[in-house]
Amino acid sequence: MLRRRINLLFGGDEKRVDSRTIYVGHRPCPATEAFIPPKFCDNRIVSSKYTIWNFLPKNLFEQFRRIANFYFLIIFLVQVIVDTPTSPVTSGLPLFFVITVTAIKQGYEDWLRHKADYEVNKYPVIVLEDGRSIRKESEKIKVGDIVEVVEDETFPCDLILLQSTRDDDTCFVTTASLDGESNHKTHYTVPDTEKDLQSLNATIECEQPQPDLYKFVGRMHIYKTDQEPAVRSLGPENLLLKGATLKNTKKIYGVAVYTGMETKMALNYQGKSQKRSAVEKSINAFLLVYLCILISKAVVCTTLKYVWQSQDGQDEPWYNEKTQKEKDTYVYLKMFTDFLSFMVLFNFIIPVSMYVTVEMQKFLGSFFITWDKDFFDPEIQEGALVNTSDLNEELGQVEYVFTDKTGTLTQNNMEYIECCIDGFQYRNSDSMSELDGFCVTDGPVSKLQQKAGRDKEELFLRALCLCHTVQVKEAGPDEIDSDQVDGLVSELSQPDEQRGFIASSPDEVALVKGAMKHGFTFLGLENKSMKIRNRENNVELYDLLHVLNFDPVRRRMSVIVRSKSGETLLFCKGADSSIFPRVRQEEVDRIRMHVERNATEGYRTLCVAYKQLSPEEFAVADAGLRDARLALQDREEKLMAVYNQVETSMSLIGATAVEDRLQEEAAETMEALQGAGMKVWVLTGDKMETAKSTCYACRLFQRGTELLELTVRTLEDGGRKREERLHELLLDYHKKAVQDAPPVKAGVTRSWSTANQEYGFIVDGATLSLVMNPSPDTNSSRYKSLFLQICQNCTAVLCCRMAPLQKAQIVKMVKNSKGSPITLSIGDGANDVSMILEAHVGIGIKGKEGRQAVRNSDYAIPKLKHLKKLLLAHGHLYYVRIAHLVQYFFYKNLCFILPQFLYQFFCGYSQQPLYDAAYLTMYNICFTSMPILAFSLLEQHIAIEYLLDNATLYREIAKNAMLKWGPFLYWTVLGIFQGLLFFFGVKYLFSNPALQDNGQVFGNWSYGTIVFTVLVFTVTLKLALDTRHWTWINHFVIWGSLAFYVFFSFFWGGIIWPFLKQQRLYFVFANMLSSVSAWLVIILLILLSLLPDILLMVFRKPRGPHARQMKRRLPSSGTSTIFMLSQTTSTHSFSWSD
Amino acid sequence: MMASSYTAKEEDGHHSGSAAAGGPGSSKSKKPDNTAFKQQRLPAWQPILTAGTVLPAFFVIGLIFIPIGIGLFVTSNNIREFEIDYTGVDTNSPCNRCSQTYSWNISCTCSVPFSLEQPFESNVFMYYGLSNFYQNHRRYVKSRDDSQLNGDKSSLTNPSKECEPYRISEKKPIAPCGAIANSLFNDTLELYYIYPNGSRTLIPLVKKGIAWWTDKHVKFRNPPGNNDNLTITFQDTTKPVNWHKPVYELDPNDPDNNGFINEDFIVWMRTAALPTFRKLYRIIQKNKDNMTPTLPRGNYSLEIAYNYPVRSFDGRKRMILSTISWMGGKNPFLGIAYITVGSVCFFLGVVLLIIHHKYGNRNNNADIPN
Repeated sequence: MLRRRINLLFGGDEKRVDSRTIYVGHRPCPATEAFIPPKFCDNRIVSSKYTIWNFLPKNLFEQFRRIANFYFLIIFLVQVIVDTPTSPVTSGLPLFFVITVTAIKQGYEDWLRHKADYEVNKYPVIVLEDGRSIRKESEKIKVGDIVEVVEDETFPCDLILLQSTRDDDTCFVTTASLDGESNHKTHYTVPDTEKDLQSLNATIECEQPQPDLYKFVGRMHIYKTDQEPAVRSLGPENLLLKGATLKNTKKIYGVAVYTGMETKMALNYQGKSQKRSAVEKSINAFLLVYLCILISKAVVCTTLKYVWQSQDGQDEPWYNEKTQKEKDTYVYLKMFTDFLSFMVLFNFIIPVSMYVTVEMQKFLGSFFITWDKDFFDPEIQEGALVNTSDLNEELGQVEYVFTDKTGTLTQNNMEYIECCIDGFQYRNSDSMSELDGFCVTDGPVSKLQQKAGRDKEELFLRALCLCHTVQVKEAGPDEIDSDQVDGLVSELSQPDEQRGFIASSPDEVALVKGAMKHGFTFLGLENKSMKIRNRENNVELYDLLHVLNFDPVRRRMSVIVRSKSGETLLFCKGADSSIFPRVRQEEVDRIRMHVERNATEGYRTLCVAYKQLSPEEFAVADAGLRDARLALQDREEKLMAVYNQVETSMSLIGATAVEDRLQEEAAETMEALQGAGMKVWVLTGDKMETAKSTCYACRLFQRGTELLELTVRTLEDGGRKREERLHELLLDYHKKAVQDAPPVKAGVTRSWSTANQEYGFIVDGATLSLVMNPSPDTNSSRYKSLFLQICQNCTAVLCCRMAPLQKAQIVKMVKNSKGSPITLSIGDGANDVSMILEAHVGIGIKGKEGRQAVRNSDYAIPKLKHLKKLLLAHGHLYYVRIAHLVQYFFYKNLCFILPQFLYQFFCGYSQQPLYDAAYLTMYNICFTSMPILAFSLLEQHIAIEYLLDNATLYREIAKNAMLKWGPFLYWTVLGIFQGLLFFFGVKYLFSNPALQDNGQVFGNWSYGTIVFTVLVFTVTLKLALDTRHWTWINHFVIWGSLAFYVFFSFFWGGIIWPFLKQQRLYFVFANMLSSVSAWLVIILLILLSLLPDILLMVFRKPRGPHARQMKRRLPSSGTSTIFMLSQTTSTHSFSWSD
Repeated sequence: MMASSYTAKEEDGHHSGSAAAGGPGSSKSKKPDNTAFKQQRLPAWQPILTAGTVLPAFFVIGLIFIPIGIGLFVTSNNIREFEIDYTGVDTNSPCNRCSQTYSWNISCTCSVPFSLEQPFESNVFMYYGLSNFYQNHRRYVKSRDDSQLNGDKSSLTNPSKECEPYRISEKKPIAPCGAIANSLFNDTLELYYIYPNGSRTLIPLVKKGIAWWTDKHVKFRNPPGNNDNLTITFQDTTKPVNWHKPVYELDPNDPDNNGFINEDFIVWMRTAALPTFRKLYRIIQKNKDNMTPTLPRGNYSLEIAYNYPVRSFDGRKRMILSTISWMGGKNPFLGIAYITVGSVCFFLGVVLLIIHHKYGNRNNNADIPN
């Protein structure tokens, strides 16, 4: 989209569709005859949406795109245009309020963005221009400028590193602000550029801006006066990203390639797609019902009006003549405007304020998550993070939990456990003294003869030391020097663990540390040569020729090094499945046993292989790699091809086992989630045995669980075609898990249903892709549904060997299955992002694998164990709160408008409002809004501790239970009942309107005021009845609202308001209070309207922590209060029960 | 959404402004405050509403409501009320002629005899009642100008648009304008007591104290000017079309009851809630000596200056005599409602007691295995 726009803007130039050419320092190049300075956008970052000029129209447009706002705008316009019963103010004011508040909020946010933008854009930078350093504002940087950046500054735009003050032509950056990885990354200058940047004459050809932070392809042509232009390939290692910070390097120079909104950082801050919660869908459904009620009310009234008017003398009696304009109006138009008038009169049934209150509730409510100190992790000094407040209540509705394994269920805190060299096992002993050899072998076979040959050992350890991308953390250059001078001493004097290693993957660090324990220490990488110290404390140097990077598809990485003796060696480490096919088969069997045993113990295993490259082989590989790296197009594919070509016919030297410990309380959390009725699926890229053992450790699988395996292994058992076997297995499992299983009884908790056989299901990536994308001839959809049905009947499902995209596929499949269950994904790494984005609720763990998961998540928590409270307590409460809020809002507006509707039958269908305009306007804004808002923020119908202890309570609200049609019907009927009661109760009172003891009579505004008073008190007290958790705030707003109503009514009726056309309520309220009958009827009606609720509450089975204690109290209770109020803090709510 | 995108922006390390709205405290690494509010641990009352607690309440409500209801019912029953329809629909009714030969200009009088079976003690309030008269029709309700009625000079000569089509007449502004004022009830009712010997005496009717005090003294005001000569004050205006005489002649004898502050007018201007309504017309003060009833039993005659047409819209006119209690006029509804609700509560209390007795026991038994 952006690219297309750029092409449109700077278009016409076909060459630049896929790449851009940058003239370094804006110097024309000899090669191109005509130097046309290409135009790129400037370096201004615009994250703000509005300017002062377009704020109003643009913001209004955005706001009125929301269907609800638009509806209210229409109502408002109808009121302005058509002669309607209520003044436009009654609906205009709330709408104005809503729009203004939203606009202010968005304006404030935009102002903050402007401020941030300003700060970034005006940041001074130094640009080299014609040999001079010129200070500029950051926003003035143009593509092609050579920019100077000093230590600890952030890069103002995406730069290609040309020169660094470090000797080795590298610089260190930290990208903590981009992806949260706080390690120092090494970036390299473009090789062979001239030291004098003034005379550098070069062009850079690179791809058009794209958001992937880790991808960059480009090519640099360096023109020297008398030589052929030299071509250098550019990769991500040459690119310094805007937003990253320069570390440990005094100064660098770079040429700007992407600026402003085209930088990778800016491209990455595009909004995510918005997720809508199930509650919102319910609201919309209810809204439709109410819209139907509204329209039918208006239709009924309009029809009856014309029926009534057709009677003799009713339409226009002598005392009430029409105006000339009315008489002239065409009758069908009159009917239409009458219909609109009724719509306007009854439109309060769909409250504007509900949207405001729901938004406020969500927004303010989400603070409780960030404030929760239980989510605070002292290790990372952070608490929970809420990225969106729209999904709070969805946390209470989760049915499926998809969890990543590494880093989520497990700590991703790797510890080297053991290795196996040439089939012999070497368990690590904790003693560090064994520098001279590793004689400690596995217990029963601890014979020295059982050790592998020394050569093999050392080869293996060298492989561990060399085959990685770990960096040694440099505290500062001084330390490096001292290391070099008296390295041995300082090394020995400090424990080895103190040595800081930084790597993108914790496995690598664990392995390097493991090698260290066996006497081989990696000292660091200098000038492209790796230094290791071997067991004899000699420093060995290896030239690092190539790094064949790790990627999740190949599942391995390699390095090509040249030793001092001139041998060229390739070391490769990777998952067994990716290594075994590439080594000689006779070596495999010896090691496979160890690998599999380690895997079943829950360790992560890696195999290490090596290969000696002959000079010819190396030359071929080298050329291939260089070519592939230079390619502008399909570089990834080409590299992959070369990698695969090089990494063949290696010899296996050993395997390692690394332990990844379970997260704290992982098992308890999983058990609680299952107890709460959630189905937990583990989606991992790890191998089956490891993942299975983790599942057992987490108690997802238990001893009695029968495992149904659907993996490549089981598929190949039968020796038949995979498809056939798959079909057979699917049918078999389906019969077991679905057909034979007794129907699940609702409310039976998992832990008690021991009678039922529990099933666990295991599937791997390859099989899954067979299920998801079968060959076209087979009955594909059938597989999928069979698979889904099996999965849904298993207590836990384990999907291993998953590619990131497959994780999302699984989530999507479940999400779209029958009943569209609410899904939750939790993960910590970049590979979980796809499933986090796909699920209804995405949770990121602030783990060790960077920040991508956190940034793309809806909620982020520091640890897995926090998920329990997030769902069981916060989610449950949020759901109950918002469900009650929604139902209450519809209810209170129904019984607000129903009397007004009924009044039409007694006022000649003339759209005469029952209530005064002030009451109509204020009802939702002031009189009844605060109590429900406070309720929806503070209510704890069940104490948090109790919710956490009794996971089964979560099932009570499953499947949107409180917003189903049943409860909705109850609230609606209650609203109708009360509305009828209010209206007819007062009507019977008014059969004799002489209600004062001086014989004076009341008029129609007194009628409305009495109904309104009853209404306000009833709906507020109804909420009071529903409140189970009375904090002082609840008291304050409930009683305060009522007091405010009384005060306001006095005030409003106490003054002749000069701006009002009619003084309708002048002293109406005071006169009402002077009438005993009015008091009596108000009390009677309030009590009568609350009676059904009180009764229902009595008959309903008591729930929650009070259930038992109430039962105990019952027989002895002789108190005469309606409520038994116990003042107690919620934390001690149990103290009530003796 | 916006908020969150802003939060992301903030993380880019360029500045450390205040936390964005969407991610409260997100970028701070401070430990959350351990306050009761933030941890949702505010001290709270936790009301428990169960059969056990509600049961006594039901009995209490029953016990309170039933006596109140009985009191109300008795009070209402003790109120004397007499109502007579003088519309003249029947051909043999005295006002039939007037109701048929109706015209705005010719006044027609008729007298309706009636007799009171029981004497009316204390002050007696005389109401007129209209039926099928939609004083609460929207077009009607809004057709008034309160600032004109409040004595605003500019509104006097330039009444509100709401008064249409009763705003201007004969190119002069109407005072008081609007449909309500225009349709002021203008029957004159007089009450005669007929002695057994046939002679009759006029019962004095007090026309003060029939309107709300605040209406009479604050809301309604004559325009400023010579209070004794309202004719000048109202000289630029004209009378409502249906009126016989201009507003400053409503009560020429009493300047405090003339013009806009005429109480009959004020009472009329308070629009009724329902199409069948009554409005206070006059008060018959109790006798000074307090010995004889205000209206002894016997024969009476109601003399009506029949000006007000209602048959065109199928309306009815009534005259009501009523005494008043502390709860107002006669209305059995409240008493019955209180008795009913009180009894229902009492009954529910009994039912609940029975149910709860069994239910509670069963529940306790069910509890034991757990």
